[in-house]
Amino acid sequence: MSKVAQRTGPLDGRNFGTTGVTLTPAAAATRISLRAREDGLATAKKILGFAPPGKPKSSATKGSINCLWIGPDEWLVIDADDSGLPAKFAKEGNTKLSAVEISHRNTAILLEGAKAVDVLNSGCPQDLSSASFPVGACSRTILGKSEIVLYRTGEHAFRVECWRSFSDYVWSFLMDAAKSA
Amino acid sequence: MLLIHCPYCEEERPELEFRGAGEAHIARPANMAEISDADFEKFFFIRDNEKGVVYERWRHIHGCGRFFNAARHSVSDKFIMTYKAGEKKPKITKTQIDAVKPPAKGTPANEPVWTVGGKGEAK
Repeated sequence: MSKVAQRTGPLDGRNFGTTGVTLTPAAAATRISLRAREDGLATAKKILGFAPPGKPKSSATKGSINCLWIGPDEWLVIDADDSGLPAKFAKEGNTKLSAVEISHRNTAILLEGAKAVDVLNSGCPQDLSSASFPVGACSRTILGKSEIVLYRTGEHAFRVECWRSFSDYVWSFLMDAAKSA
Repeated sequence: MLLIHCPYCEEERPELEFRGAGEAHIARPANMAEISDADFEKFFFIRDNEKGVVYERWRHIHGCGRFFNAARHSVSDKFIMTYKAGEKKPKITKTQIDAVKPPAKGTPANEPVWTVGGKGEAK
């Protein structure tokens, strides 16, 4: 019988919920760290099917692909389906942009519930009110001592992207915060 | 917590997302191998460390990742303005400095709010 390697996520099997908020490890996804200046954006648009957002803190979505503005020349692309984005970027071979696959460097925690903002604000210093951080907003920021990318997917739903090796800390931090929120 | 305006994110963000990166507007010599040790020391180590308005580099490290410059008052720690890297050193007017100056000694704002058994004891 042949042995097959199985990939396991760092937070597999975990679950946590209070009356105000639930924590769920996000399903595996393809992620790309995209760096491009003006002259590389056309290629990025061709491959993604839409232009990377140009406004700070904004995101764009088409089908299963989310593109999050991180910096003036940096985006985080998250593809929930495996539609072969890294291969498409490699095939294009445009040297005006850099697309690095980071699918397994990052992992994500889905945070949902009426207390989601309170839980995040126990470690994240940003203003997360709907006025300044509306649905669709995203930002690289910090949570406690860890760097995260925060993406608001709904009025009471957030996706917390963090480094794989930090995920245990981020999970525990959010869990503790949820207990006292 | 200080709120710092990031010129790339175009909004104020909490200071925890930032890291200071020393004095701004220090031009690296183009002929690095030829300059004398004294000139290298001046470029590399000697800083003005002025009391008053200082120009500093900051990095929005846990945000957009960008370096930018800021004009700040080194006594009150208040920011006068921030501007993108590569932009010219802005002229700071007296009104702008007065707005961020620490309160003068002897004025009520400079008095300790609470001291034990002293003149300013809380009532």
